[in-house]
Amino acid sequence: MAIDKIVPTLEAAVAGIRDGMTIMISGFGFAGVPNDLITAVLDLGVGDLTVISNNAGTGTEGLAALIGSGRVRRIICSYPRSRGSDRFDARYAAGEIELELVPQGTLSERMRAAGAGIGAFYCPTGVGTELAAGKEVRTIDGRDYVLEMPLRADVALVQAQKADRWGNLTYAKSARNFAPVMAMAADLTIVQAREIVPLEAMDPETIVTPSIFVDRVVHVDNDREWDI
Amino acid sequence: MTATMTADAFTRLSRRQLAWCAAQAIPDGSYVNLGIGVPTLCANVMPADREIVLHSENGVLGFGPAPAAGQEDRDLINASKEYITMRPGGAFFMHTDAFVMIRGGHIDLALLGAFEVSGAGDLANWTTGDRRFPPGVGGAMDLAVGAKAIWVLTEHTTKNGEPKIVDACKYPLTAAGVVRKIFTDLAEIDVTSDGLLVRAMVPGLTLEALQAMSQPRLRLADDCRTISAPAA
Repeated sequence: MAIDKIVPTLEAAVAGIRDGMTIMISGFGFAGVPNDLITAVLDLGVGDLTVISNNAGTGTEGLAALIGSGRVRRIICSYPRSRGSDRFDARYAAGEIELELVPQGTLSERMRAAGAGIGAFYCPTGVGTELAAGKEVRTIDGRDYVLEMPLRADVALVQAQKADRWGNLTYAKSARNFAPVMAMAADLTIVQAREIVPLEAMDPETIVTPSIFVDRVVHVDNDREWDI
Repeated sequence: MTATMTADAFTRLSRRQLAWCAAQAIPDGSYVNLGIGVPTLCANVMPADREIVLHSENGVLGFGPAPAAGQEDRDLINASKEYITMRPGGAFFMHTDAFVMIRGGHIDLALLGAFEVSGAGDLANWTTGDRRFPPGVGGAMDLAVGAKAIWVLTEHTTKNGEPKIVDACKYPLTAAGVVRKIFTDLAEIDVTSDGLLVRAMVPGLTLEALQAMSQPRLRLADDCRTISAPAA
């Protein structure tokens, strides 16, 4: 039977996302953020979410809207403070959102570990700082490392440039950022792709995310500038 | 009422001039990460006669200056979320690989901003502990342990005139003893095992005046230069 991961609507793409889930959201700054999928999650009305994303949303749409609406209980990120991150800043100042601040490289390596089946890893980043407080430290060849745990999610929402019906993906420039590693680290990876192409149009040498990491693809040809 | 205005005998560098000073000191052939803030301005003022490969932790190697107005590409930005351009030889990769390059010791030099730097090269640049001003560590801790050298680019004093070069950081550390060079809007200072050594100062500035704006004891290099940065 033909494999076809393409779903017809954003609503179908986010079907099954429930209260209390952990959701990874790709993007760095405004590049590569799956704003249409985030908006579809907002429309679902689910709450008590844990979000894993590099930033905590800016402006009034996308992740900022999800946080502003009180749907996010906890965020795991490296750099929440940005120009325009008022929605997050207000909830954080009021103690209405939990923040787990993770050094940026550790954030993506923890995702990679989850996707790769690694139980935990020793990392030199943050040794001796507040962000390593309470973590096991081990000296290897004279250098100190902290033990870091894998970071897995129920769902990953990612944006891609091109996708085929199997879910092979390519990206656009710096919009790639977290998408490939998040796609590996979630039970359900949902992609919004700007273009859908036939299987034979994808060059196996240039596929960045192989289809095995992808579950659903929705075509979103929406090039408007979001307020993010 | 009479007020006596004492005009400073020196002029502080603009952010762009500060970036220019640091950029001119980057060795030819280096792979260099530019941190958020003043460091990202370096991409616009790199020395034309050198090949220096710029790295951005969102997954870009080999980028160039900001694009001309109207040429911005929303898929092409640096870690400061500013538009960039690509140079021939540049590459894109996933975020995880950007930090393989950083943690794995492949980056020659990282230019970072700072809240505070100590005389021993301790760096604090991720949190003030104030809940109204959320923390943001980004890639600073990864760069601090992974890059072969760390230079700090910062204003010499805070907006209130307090020294940012201090005996001991009062904010939580990003990393201890990692900073090798400090470029400020007043001076270029090396962090050495014998303390801070002033390598260059803006015209009209004296060591005494600079010392008054810095906590650790400063020494003047025998060959201390006068900074001459292009206007603007």
